[in-house]
Amino acid sequence: MTTQTEQPPRLFEGREPVFPQRVSGWYRRLKWWLMIFTLGIYYITPWIRWDRGPNLPDQAVLVDMANARFFFFWIEIWPHELYFVAGLLIMAGLGLFLFTAALGRVWCGYACPQTVWTDLFILVERWVEGDRNERIRLLRADISFRKTRLRLTKWTLWLIIAIATGGAWVFYFADAPTLFHDLITGNAAFVAYGTIAVLTATTFIFGGFLREQVCTYMCPWPRIQAAMMDEDSLTVSYRDWRGEPRGKLGKAEGDCIDCMACVNVCPQGIDIRDGQQVECITCALCIDACDTMMEKIGKPRGLIDYCALSDEPLERAGNPPKSIWNHVLRLRNFIYFGLWASIGVAMVVALFIRSDFSATIKPDRNPRFVKLSDGSVRNAYDLKIRNQSGQERVFHISIKTEEPLRLDLQGTDELNVVVPADEILHQRVYIVAKPEHNSSQIDSSDVRFWVEDRSTGDRAHTDSFFAGDAK
Amino acid sequence: MRKKKMNDEDYPTTGHEWDGIREYDKPMPRWWLWTFYLTIVFSVGYVIAYPAIPLLKGATPGLLEYSSRGEVRENIELVNGQNAAIEAKLLATPLAEISADPELSRFATAGGGAVFRTYCAQCHGAGAQGFKGYPNLQDDDWLWGGNIESIALTVRHGIRHDADEDTRYSEMPKFGEILESEEIANLAQYVSLISGQEYDKAAAAQGKISFGDNCSSCHGDAGLGDVEQGAPNLADALWLYGGDVETVTESITNSRFGVMPAWQGRITEAQIKQVTFYVHQLGGGE
Repeated sequence: MTTQTEQPPRLFEGREPVFPQRVSGWYRRLKWWLMIFTLGIYYITPWIRWDRGPNLPDQAVLVDMANARFFFFWIEIWPHELYFVAGLLIMAGLGLFLFTAALGRVWCGYACPQTVWTDLFILVERWVEGDRNERIRLLRADISFRKTRLRLTKWTLWLIIAIATGGAWVFYFADAPTLFHDLITGNAAFVAYGTIAVLTATTFIFGGFLREQVCTYMCPWPRIQAAMMDEDSLTVSYRDWRGEPRGKLGKAEGDCIDCMACVNVCPQGIDIRDGQQVECITCALCIDACDTMMEKIGKPRGLIDYCALSDEPLERAGNPPKSIWNHVLRLRNFIYFGLWASIGVAMVVALFIRSDFSATIKPDRNPRFVKLSDGSVRNAYDLKIRNQSGQERVFHISIKTEEPLRLDLQGTDELNVVVPADEILHQRVYIVAKPEHNSSQIDSSDVRFWVEDRSTGDRAHTDSFFAGDAK
Repeated sequence: MRKKKMNDEDYPTTGHEWDGIREYDKPMPRWWLWTFYLTIVFSVGYVIAYPAIPLLKGATPGLLEYSSRGEVRENIELVNGQNAAIEAKLLATPLAEISADPELSRFATAGGGAVFRTYCAQCHGAGAQGFKGYPNLQDDDWLWGGNIESIALTVRHGIRHDADEDTRYSEMPKFGEILESEEIANLAQYVSLISGQEYDKAAAAQGKISFGDNCSSCHGDAGLGDVEQGAPNLADALWLYGGDVETVTESITNSRFGVMPAWQGRITEAQIKQVTFYVHQLGGGE
């Protein structure tokens, strides 16, 4: 230690309580609507029904872990098509790049679950305990019946929201009405209750108590985003060249009257006038607060505003800033958008041209071939036919080889198989080469398996090889 | 309510400095410290509840008496319980009728495969492809019959397994003690003839006479074998020990017969049915 301190160093830093004040304005309204929209999607989606016929579940969005299926309205994804999910994740990543480069931490401020649920919890808090000043008084007050009642009411409401949040999550993984009934009657699986318990606890603690600490200490995203922004990204900024020097109304030279409205409404407990900082989630509530104040005192709005760093010299010189489109429509964003859109288009195309059945073949490796008593050589294969439709289907199996080799199916004399709806059939198949066939003596010759839907005539193929006894 | 914020200059530093950048010695957030204490409390609970402290033999059992082996045992019992119904159905279904029921077929094939890899693969190979002296179970050449009932009989009672009364038994004499070496050489040439290989005409003609006298009672006049006696077909392309003149000569001179243990009593009746069905569906079953 080079620096001496008078007191012994503290082991921890307590949280400074934050009491965001009620605010109204354009961004606040936008955030209310976004909250209704995002929470609505989250809570309602599992209850939407979607008729897929008798053999498939009728839940519009369902992640069916037990049967390894993902249903999304008219789309059904099987495990071998997981690249669609990978594509969606890449799109989500690129989408964040795009939004961050263009609009800064817009995800943090408007759409992140931590922000949305914290906003909801603060709403409840304000409804029960009153606005900023009353809450501060309540914190300072000694323990009393009223304080206990208010605290308990608030925590109960939070807990109800938290249980509903955890509860909604599990409905995505099972038939929602059935699971709801099972949950109520105590018949649901332990994992369902466990998941609800964990998510209830995290919602309650993260939304009620940890709040801005999650963003500041736990989340890696603020650090990552700092690397993705540049001087053209729009962020919430304080125009200090206009506001400073600040002072009381009538005495100040700058426009800032130091009313602290921007600080009081901030859910992160920071002062935006200190400049860009890692704690700021750009929720824009300080813009609403400041604009309200500026209108009251008859000054132009926008002392706190979405600005690009590159405009600062321009504005300091007294010129108007460049238009928002000037910042948003720049090469970097076009590249992000281009990548994002091309992956999206590729996935949509892939989704529309994919067949609702497919086949894969796996030759037996041990042994690679079996010699028969008449000197023929036989290969065995595991043919896998996936029927991704809701109907049972009959498939005809055939092979294409250079020589006329014989195809046999285990357990049947026919070359047709029935695959039940939404299932995979494993069929053991044999190819036999007579001793006079060249294939029986060379190490490997090509085989193409064709699988044809008997009713529609659609065909799919899969390639393999025939192993001969090369000696 | 806001406390006066400490200015950054007031904080102590660690004393480390890189190019003018110093490292603050700032305190941890309180929730972090609580989480740390919580992990300590958790670890105490864990040590009490679960096996934790190593002893000379094993470890402290813990109050929950958890063991991963016990968990495996429970899981096996769980699966056995889940399979109880279909296993009862398997036991009640005649072997020949299993294949008519797709669900039962899948159960028998999967279970039989596991039984095969556990008890049979040591001799017959993991893919049932066999080795020299150990029959290939995928081909269409069966010493003791390849229909599903014959396979079941072989699995149940073994071959030449003395401890089992119902085992099937046969023994080829050591012709080295009975015949002259020239006669044996002629026989080997005749076997080459009937199995479609290169042969010596004169010797084979002599061998044919000798074959009728010594071999045909078991291997048949045409050398096609006899599954009742486990006598191999000598006229086909498949050889258990080898079909070249040298190996055939050795087989005639010293005789050959393999032994397979009986599995009845060692594995369950359901396992016998499963492994029989599994072997039968490998491609060679008749």
